[in-house]
Amino acid sequence: MSTTDKAATETPPEPSPADPSEVAAGSQLSTAPVEDSGPVGIGVLGWARWFWRQLTSMRVALILLFLLSLGAIPGSLVPQTDVDALKVAEWKREHSSYVGLAEALQLFDVYSSVWFSAIYLLLFVSLIGCIVPRAWQFVGQLRGRPPGAPKRLDRLPAHTTWRTDRTPEEVLSYARTLLAGKRFRTEAGSGTVAAEKGYLREAGNLLFHVALIVMLVAFAWGQYFKSEGGKLVLRGSGFSNTLTQYDDFKPGTLFHPDDLPPFSFTLDRFDATYEMSGPQRGTPRDFKAYVTLTEGAHGTPQKREIQVNEPLEIDGSKVYLLGHGYAPVISVTDSTGKVVYRDAVPVLPQDGNLTSTGAVKVTDGYKDKDGKAEQLGFTAVFVPTFAGEGKGTMFSQFPALLNPQLMLNAWHGSLGVDSGLPQNVYRLETSKMEMFKDESGQQLIKRLAPGGTMDLPNGAGTVKFEGIERWATFSVTQQPGSGLALAGAIAAIAGLAGSLFIQRRRIWVRAVEGKDGVTVVEMAGLGRSESARLPEELADLAATLHQQAPSVSDPVEETPGGERG
Amino acid sequence: MTPLAAAANENLAEISNYLIYSSMAVYTLAFFAHIAEWTFGSRSKVARTAAALTGTADAAAPAVQVRGKGGATAVLDRPRVTTRSGAGTRDVPDGPGAAGGTAQGDLYGRIAVSLTALAFLVEAAGVVTRALSVERAPWGNMYEFSITFSTVAVGTYLVLLALKKNVRWLGLILVTTVLLDLGIAVTWLYTDSDQLVPALHSYWLWIHVSTAIFCGAVFYLGAAGAVLYLFRDSYEAKLAGGGTPGRIASSVLERLPSAASLDKFSYRINAAVFPLWTFTIIAGAIWAGDAWGRYWGWDPKEVWSFVTWVAYASYLHARATAGWKGRKAAYLALFAFACWIWNYYGVNILLSGKHSYAGV
Ligand code: HEM
Repeated sequence: MSTTDKAATETPPEPSPADPSEVAAGSQLSTAPVEDSGPVGIGVLGWARWFWRQLTSMRVALILLFLLSLGAIPGSLVPQTDVDALKVAEWKREHSSYVGLAEALQLFDVYSSVWFSAIYLLLFVSLIGCIVPRAWQFVGQLRGRPPGAPKRLDRLPAHTTWRTDRTPEEVLSYARTLLAGKRFRTEAGSGTVAAEKGYLREAGNLLFHVALIVMLVAFAWGQYFKSEGGKLVLRGSGFSNTLTQYDDFKPGTLFHPDDLPPFSFTLDRFDATYEMSGPQRGTPRDFKAYVTLTEGAHGTPQKREIQVNEPLEIDGSKVYLLGHGYAPVISVTDSTGKVVYRDAVPVLPQDGNLTSTGAVKVTDGYKDKDGKAEQLGFTAVFVPTFAGEGKGTMFSQFPALLNPQLMLNAWHGSLGVDSGLPQNVYRLETSKMEMFKDESGQQLIKRLAPGGTMDLPNGAGTVKFEGIERWATFSVTQQPGSGLALAGAIAAIAGLAGSLFIQRRRIWVRAVEGKDGVTVVEMAGLGRSESARLPEELADLAATLHQQAPSVSDPVEETPGGERG
Repeated sequence: MTPLAAAANENLAEISNYLIYSSMAVYTLAFFAHIAEWTFGSRSKVARTAAALTGTADAAAPAVQVRGKGGATAVLDRPRVTTRSGAGTRDVPDGPGAAGGTAQGDLYGRIAVSLTALAFLVEAAGVVTRALSVERAPWGNMYEFSITFSTVAVGTYLVLLALKKNVRWLGLILVTTVLLDLGIAVTWLYTDSDQLVPALHSYWLWIHVSTAIFCGAVFYLGAAGAVLYLFRDSYEAKLAGGGTPGRIASSVLERLPSAASLDKFSYRINAAVFPLWTFTIIAGAIWAGDAWGRYWGWDPKEVWSFVTWVAYASYLHARATAGWKGRKAAYLALFAFACWIWNYYGVNILLSGKHSYAGV
């Protein structure tokens, strides 16, 4: 910690004040912990105490804060498992030589890593260790009185003086009324009035730091009890909120499936509009899902809409519209002409124009020419807007259905779905399959318009592209604690405003009778170093007081500027 | 949108472009006027700082008379307040400003400020017509963000001037960087005016993005103050140590406010917007909760907002910690602002995330 040691020695030496009353005057203007690099006590307890004092010191809080900001950075440069697992895999492939190091440093899970957690936990221990004594001290200060005037008021940051023919008692009583009227807390001394204002600054500061703790607790609570599930729903089909219905489900560690509120909905319609012309042609403009929602097990169905920024809220859960796409409807007949498969097969968008890929899997019911049961598989590329014959591209030109085409690639054999291994429904596992070949021995591949058919070779059957359905993906989330987090956030802002915009300051007025029988009034103010308004405030107060205790017209002493020492 | 309305909007968008280019022309004139101000103005009271530091002059020089309602003549009706810096800080008067107290320099300075104000009006009109042309808040992409950003920065500077704050020393730096910002905006970031993607259809756009731009613009002023503070502080330190700074350095730095004033300026600006920046992040989190189903997900944009926030919090703590005041705190303020800038340019262009306007 060489830097901090240096920092301590670089502190400008305080000029030793001539007078202890000056030290007292500035004391407790803030409850900031005192820097201390004092001697270490003896034994374990001494060390523990030393460690605790270090941890709750401002300097260590500062270093921890700085480390927290540095520590958050890697998570934005390296993909995070929580955010996008696919990108993590890609990164690992591209930087294979660093994977070991990155994993050792938990770079793919920065925000739940041991080291990141250590930083913020230490920070929050430090914060609590800081807040509790400060709150205690602050209560003491609230009950305390402003400290008495230092001997030499002209050594304070703002000072003014004049001579008047009112008696000192009159001046002091005017001053006290004036200051009390401005909501200063005042205290009379011998020949002086002490006043203090701005306690709300400290209150705001404490509130802010407490609010930070509240937000952290809310955040942790949300992490442990949250749930987040995704579901792809075809137009006309439904979803009901039970664990088994989800395509993927990410619960928090303490989540219990019984916490899922019962509801179900069907997707009646999905609308997407796109920019039709101009340089941003194809940019989405509006997405809307129309659903029929049934709340509870036996609720009455009601029509609702879900849009991108407008989730559906049901009993603590929110249903978000995340994405959408197409599902070509495909039917397959076997050699006898019997329809063995008919389904809308969702395909996944690969680009902004919704060029989509997917797989059709005919798992049972199909028999080949010889009557032997077999499985069929097709890889599918779907484009809602085909570039046109001879353009040589199977990339969609526009996201809406202007000229939809489906390209199929046919296989037969075993789909491998019984192997027990989880399978991606959008990808064909072809290791145990054989291609269908056309007459020239090439792989059978055909592009179809809606209504088009593809004949499998040697009368093995036909595949028909019957039409197009739409689907939308929804994410259903529960995030408890967000209300608390919001309350904490609002309190934090209020506290911050108090802490940064309110000045804690002290004003002293002294009035004594000079040798010539004329009263000398002195006023001085002390605030935190940032307080710029203090001299102005002092000037205003002095001007008001001056009206009641005007200067005697004695020009000799009117040179306050020269008095500085 | 009917074709007629679309045509009208294209017209407006074109007008907006003309206005932005015109404002750049006027800012360029303001730039030259500021250069003239610095060139023709001179440091009038030679070596005021050195004198104050080495104690050769009347040390009572900074006896500041703080405002009088009826003007300075009210001295006899009002007691005079003398101020005194806290222990450990140098007692140095503020420099006289770029004009250096010369009439000619001051004239150029006034011209520069007037031109800046004019350019500001033209630029603001450019932002407004852009908004009208797209019938939405003009914050859908980086081009729009950039033109609003510099408008707000200049606007804030002009407001501070109007409030009679001592900020004219910022003029040259500000106008130069505004030209840079606009140059980048029109050459690299330009995007034809258009509608928003659905994810941005929300009133939170107004709240979250407007405060984000405002905070950035004001943080920028704070950072400029911090940079000048560092220069001026080394200058004063050198003088105090008996050294002689270079001729140009002393001519320029002598005219700036004292290091203590610059430091205070930077602190006040940063402290004043910090609560708003906190609010911006929270508003963003609420919006994210509505749009994406989680209020915080460590998206790169979110990470860097957080880093910026914590960096500014460090800065504020540094100011309250003995041994970290002054230069170290200023470095933290600059680090924090660098995070903000990176969050804007770097994250948008180099890191992909969910923030869809990030597409340049
Ligand atoms: C996430 C962590 C924290 C954040 C974001 C934060 C933020 C802030 C902010 C914005 C201020 C206002 C600064 C000012 O008044 O100029 C402040 C003041 C303060 N903070 Fe923190 N803080 C954090 C943690 C801590 C910790 C761990 C401690 C204790 C060691 C602490 C002690 C203080 C004190 C004593 C002040 C008042 C300083 C004064 O009165 O001059 N803070 N904090």
